[in-house]
Amino acid sequence: MHVIEAQGLWKTYGKGETEVVALRDVSLRVSRGEVAALLGPSGSGKSSLLTTLGLLQFPDRGSVRIGELEAVIEGRLRVDAARVRRERIGFVFQKANLIPFLNALDNVLVAFEINNRGGREARQRAAALLDYLGLADRLAHMPDELSGGQQQRVAIARALAMEPPVILADEPTAALDGRRSRDVMQLFRRVAHERGTAVVIVTHDHRTLDAFDTVHEMEDGVLRTTPHPSAAPAH
Amino acid sequence: MNLAWRDIRHQGPRFVVTGLGLGLLFAIVLAMGGIYRGMVEDAVLLVNQMGADLWLVQRDTRGPFAERSVVPELLETRARGVQGVQWARGFTTITVQPQHSGRVLRLTLVGLAWPDERGGSLPLSTGRPLLSAHRELIVDRSLGLLPGQTLELGDESFTVVGLGQGLVSSGGDALGFVTQNDLAAIQRHLAPEALRLARSSGAPPADPGISAVLVRVAPGASVESVRARLAQWGDVSVYTTEEQRALLLEGVVDKARRQIGLFRALLAIVSGIVVSLVIFNMTVAKTREIALVKLMGARWTVVVSMILQQSVLLTVLAYAFALVLSQLAFPYFPRRVVVGGGELAGVLGLSMAIALVASTLAIRRALRIPATTILAG
Repeated sequence: MHVIEAQGLWKTYGKGETEVVALRDVSLRVSRGEVAALLGPSGSGKSSLLTTLGLLQFPDRGSVRIGELEAVIEGRLRVDAARVRRERIGFVFQKANLIPFLNALDNVLVAFEINNRGGREARQRAAALLDYLGLADRLAHMPDELSGGQQQRVAIARALAMEPPVILADEPTAALDGRRSRDVMQLFRRVAHERGTAVVIVTHDHRTLDAFDTVHEMEDGVLRTTPHPSAAPAH
Repeated sequence: MNLAWRDIRHQGPRFVVTGLGLGLLFAIVLAMGGIYRGMVEDAVLLVNQMGADLWLVQRDTRGPFAERSVVPELLETRARGVQGVQWARGFTTITVQPQHSGRVLRLTLVGLAWPDERGGSLPLSTGRPLLSAHRELIVDRSLGLLPGQTLELGDESFTVVGLGQGLVSSGGDALGFVTQNDLAAIQRHLAPEALRLARSSGAPPADPGISAVLVRVAPGASVESVRARLAQWGDVSVYTTEEQRALLLEGVVDKARRQIGLFRALLAIVSGIVVSLVIFNMTVAKTREIALVKLMGARWTVVVSMILQQSVLLTVLAYAFALVLSQLAFPYFPRRVVVGGGELAGVLGLSMAIALVASTLAIRRALRIPATTILAG
């Protein structure tokens, strides 16, 4: 079964001469444990698709299903979007966007707190997650005491905190150098395969395409699935 | 985990300094209220202290506090003879500026009707009432004199025998109390040149007069009926103590009182705007964090509680600082600053109300922050 499924999404911004069609009949399915890439130039509709899948905006037409939950049907929201986001979707961004006044551990813990699941067990789980991501010795460090890669790993730990079935990431390696980009992508891959999480990543970074199970390319709001890079013939 | 508290801890000195700055503002609001109340209390203090029911003053004047009033000393004796009068005493005040230890002091002298009146009803903090008809003095402690010290008044040397607390005139000068005879002697010494010339020429000294005669109505007698009898005299106007108080507040200190009241109101408005801006900017500075927790699916109560808690904490800190500052600094103000429980509660209530209104504006702003703000890079 697909963990996240979008069907026939249309999204238009503006009216008349300023009208821009961001999504044109976009359909996408991502399975459990799958790492999917969304490629495309700026303005192609990648971020619109990601925010629609994350229930941060709603399509004019089309449906979104997250797990067994029919979240959007024919452009109409059918669920409490905030609740679905906090319980079923983890977000990772281009910048780590850690809360500057919380240390690494508390930045992860905040995801539990938002779900009213604070306490000792949550703290242990947050620490375990950071340990899993190689940050066991950085729990008490403030964001400005961490490197860019370490910050991004804390953000990934935060996204994983509630063990969501879906992780949506918007250019998570854009601010990282080549080696750290590959490390982070491998991390997503590991998380997806070990935890069964469906991961959708918007990226410009062609260097990391071999970390993805599927690659989808967007252009002018149209999505098409491209052959996996590893299947491409050698030049 | 308390996000508001964590943020405050992270901000550390910045939050504290902001609180202290607002505290200074609150302290000024408290001070203005205290000065206003002090002015009102000082204005009526002497009227209240004299313990009279009726004031006989020069006809068609509004009494010794409002304008010059001179009545003959004999009026005191006449008033005593009126049915229903328990006692009648002359009342005179003069303002003098004697020197003491190289300092020029300014005080308003009041004559006490010795031997009936010795200053026993005055709020003395040190020393005793007058025990001698001559050359003894009770003064407010704000003059800096000590019991046993002497002060040259007129051509006599007066010994300070008692110190009062908060004894000031409507103009804010320290009050001093001597017997009426001593006061008359001081007054004669200070009298105009014409009086001195008349005296030196062998003519009998002219009666400098007294400012008013105070009348206490006997128990069981009606103030109104005694007043009606006294009002029949053609050379005096009669006021009740309540009317004297009203004349003081509506006349003598009215403009100063209104000016301070207006300034205080403006200050409260300015404080409100400053507090609102500080709280609003604190929220704007957290736009990304708010967007992040919203994107993570936080309930709206998480955002509201964070803003409210910080606003309340900032206000409490500022108010506490204002309170401490008022305790430390107000006693050194040149005029009395009276900050009562009502005043403190009022400023706290006003501060909290401003904080809540500002928080509401900030919360409105916060709830409108789109979660997608965080994706903007």
